[in-house]
Amino acid sequence: MRAGDLGELALRNLREAILRNSLTTLGVAVGVASLVAMLSLGVGLQALATKRLSNSGLFDTVIVTQRRNMPGMRRRVPAPAPEKEARELDEDARKEFERLPNVLEVYPQIRFPTEVRYDGNPYSTIVAGVPESARGNGSFDGMQGTFFSGPNADEAILQIELAKELSPQTSSLIGKELIVRYAEREAIPPQSEPGKGGGESADTGGGGFSIVPREKKLRIVGIVETEPAAGFGGFGSGRLLIPLEVASTLRVAQVNDLRDAVRATNKKPSYASLTVRAKSPTQVEGIETAIKDMGFGTFSLLDATRNLRLFFTIFDLLLAIFGSLALAVATLGIINTLVMAILERRREIGILKALGAADRDVKQLFFVEAGVMGLLGGVLGAGLGWFIGKIVTWGTNLYLHRQNLPSAHVFSVPWWLVLGAIAFAVIVSLAAGLYPASRAARLNPVEALRYE
Amino acid sequence: MTTGHGVAVRAESVSRHYEMGTTLIRAVDDVTLEVHAGEFIALLGSSGSGKSTLLNLMAGLDRPTGGAIFANGKNLSEMNPLELARYRSRTVGMVFQSFNLLPRMTLEENVELPLRLAEVDRGERGQRVQEALERVRLDKRTGHRPSEMSGGEQQRAALARALVNRPTLLFADEPTGNLDSTTGESIMLLLKEIQEKLGMTIVMVTHERPLAERFADRIVSLADGKLVSDGVKS
Repeated sequence: MRAGDLGELALRNLREAILRNSLTTLGVAVGVASLVAMLSLGVGLQALATKRLSNSGLFDTVIVTQRRNMPGMRRRVPAPAPEKEARELDEDARKEFERLPNVLEVYPQIRFPTEVRYDGNPYSTIVAGVPESARGNGSFDGMQGTFFSGPNADEAILQIELAKELSPQTSSLIGKELIVRYAEREAIPPQSEPGKGGGESADTGGGGFSIVPREKKLRIVGIVETEPAAGFGGFGSGRLLIPLEVASTLRVAQVNDLRDAVRATNKKPSYASLTVRAKSPTQVEGIETAIKDMGFGTFSLLDATRNLRLFFTIFDLLLAIFGSLALAVATLGIINTLVMAILERRREIGILKALGAADRDVKQLFFVEAGVMGLLGGVLGAGLGWFIGKIVTWGTNLYLHRQNLPSAHVFSVPWWLVLGAIAFAVIVSLAAGLYPASRAARLNPVEALRYE
Repeated sequence: MTTGHGVAVRAESVSRHYEMGTTLIRAVDDVTLEVHAGEFIALLGSSGSGKSTLLNLMAGLDRPTGGAIFANGKNLSEMNPLELARYRSRTVGMVFQSFNLLPRMTLEENVELPLRLAEVDRGERGQRVQEALERVRLDKRTGHRPSEMSGGEQQRAALARALVNRPTLLFADEPTGNLDSTTGESIMLLLKEIQEKLGMTIVMVTHERPLAERFADRIVSLADGKLVSDGVKS
């Protein structure tokens, strides 16, 4: 029989037992909806976690430190393979990192404990420098107020705990000013020795430095309710956040300044560590290798990224299995419906065979009927799954809103999932139609014609 | 369309035995019969004589357990299921006692069904259906469903369906069995007309000897699965 005729007859047959076939199709739809809903949840949660984590800089960040040999700190081990000579983590190194391929940005971590004065009262806190790139990466989603107006703005964002200490009415803090008191590192010009003329420039450290107390006035522009995710060792743990550029110009005395003061260095200021951000987590490995080859120590969460992917793969698989259970029940429904149809249409099958239908025609007819139920169920189910996703997202966001938490898209229905679910429903339905179709095709026409 | 000797169908020592538990049912037992092209044969016999079984064997609906059936020179027993389906579709037309029209389809759709199965082009179908319906004088009832037609009309519709693929062999299993005598006679007249005008070979099963004697060219009697008489009517 030609495909067009096969389709027409199959649709006619489906229409004749519309209630039963609709219920079977609905069963398939519920199965597909369950599958789509489960997988959408998995995909949505994965996207949410990935976005959050990639915004946090956890997985696209390489922390670079100076490689050091610390005798006595480690157990003596056989001589390792010769490595590159350890280098100073200074401005030259920073520029080299910036020139590496796939590097988005390189910045030092500036974080220091200090005292702020607000409304005449002192408060102890930790100040952290925030790079300009944090503006659009989601770390400050849902904050009160705004992000810094510019990289050099004398502005501050408060973490909610500090804000509560400063004023119970936290929202009233925005626009107000506070004073940061800090210890500035001021270079001491080297003492002139007999026979030597001139000295090092001010901040080369050649002559050491002194600590000078300073104050800086900052305007509060925002308050973050949750700790902004900013990667390990990042600004997330800071309670008072200021632009990184501003933090750099403060020249606050850091721990490594003391080290530099007592060690012979290349006379240039060095960093305790630098944060190198890759354009994407997949490029971290290459950057890390390149930096190690340059003679620095590195640290990243590359393994954690792999583990996260593994976790979500297993999570999605489990969700798919649970989602498929409903579809498996629906499959039994299709088999039942088609077997019932064979019993009901036994005589009709006999007539078709007497009129010249081949076994193949009868088999295809039942196959098409199963396929159509699968296709309709798949389309309906994908729509239903999407709708369930919308409702769950709405409900979740309502709950989050009541808990004063920012909204989240816990469901994601990508087009590949919709198409895949429909195709899966059709394949499963065709598989379910295998037994009834071959049973119908095998019917003896003489016996079928005798059937009343 | 027929064999070289003018034989449309030939049954050679054909048997169809069934096993029911430990009992062997000999529905058709060693029957040899030749049906000539253009002939109208009546298979006569009481209930259980094996006449319908023999008809089903000749129509390719069933396979013999012994002997062979040749149609157009080809052994039906040696045909695979697809070839046998093609034989039923293109060479054979079937009419049943209980009409066997599909109740959900209109008259036109019922008659078109064999054309769909034979994969006849859509463009040609309408004309073929119309032609078949005109032949049985039902061309004004195309949109009616079987339940809206009388028994006689339904049997005429079944006849149109059997003729639509222009077969050479028409097998009719008790075509008047469910009809009153007047309607039955009109169906027989129609069959006779088809035989004469189209030159078709007709094999009809009946248990009504008067009808057989009046319309058939030849009467073959069966009893207990065996052929008991075969003769041109007097």
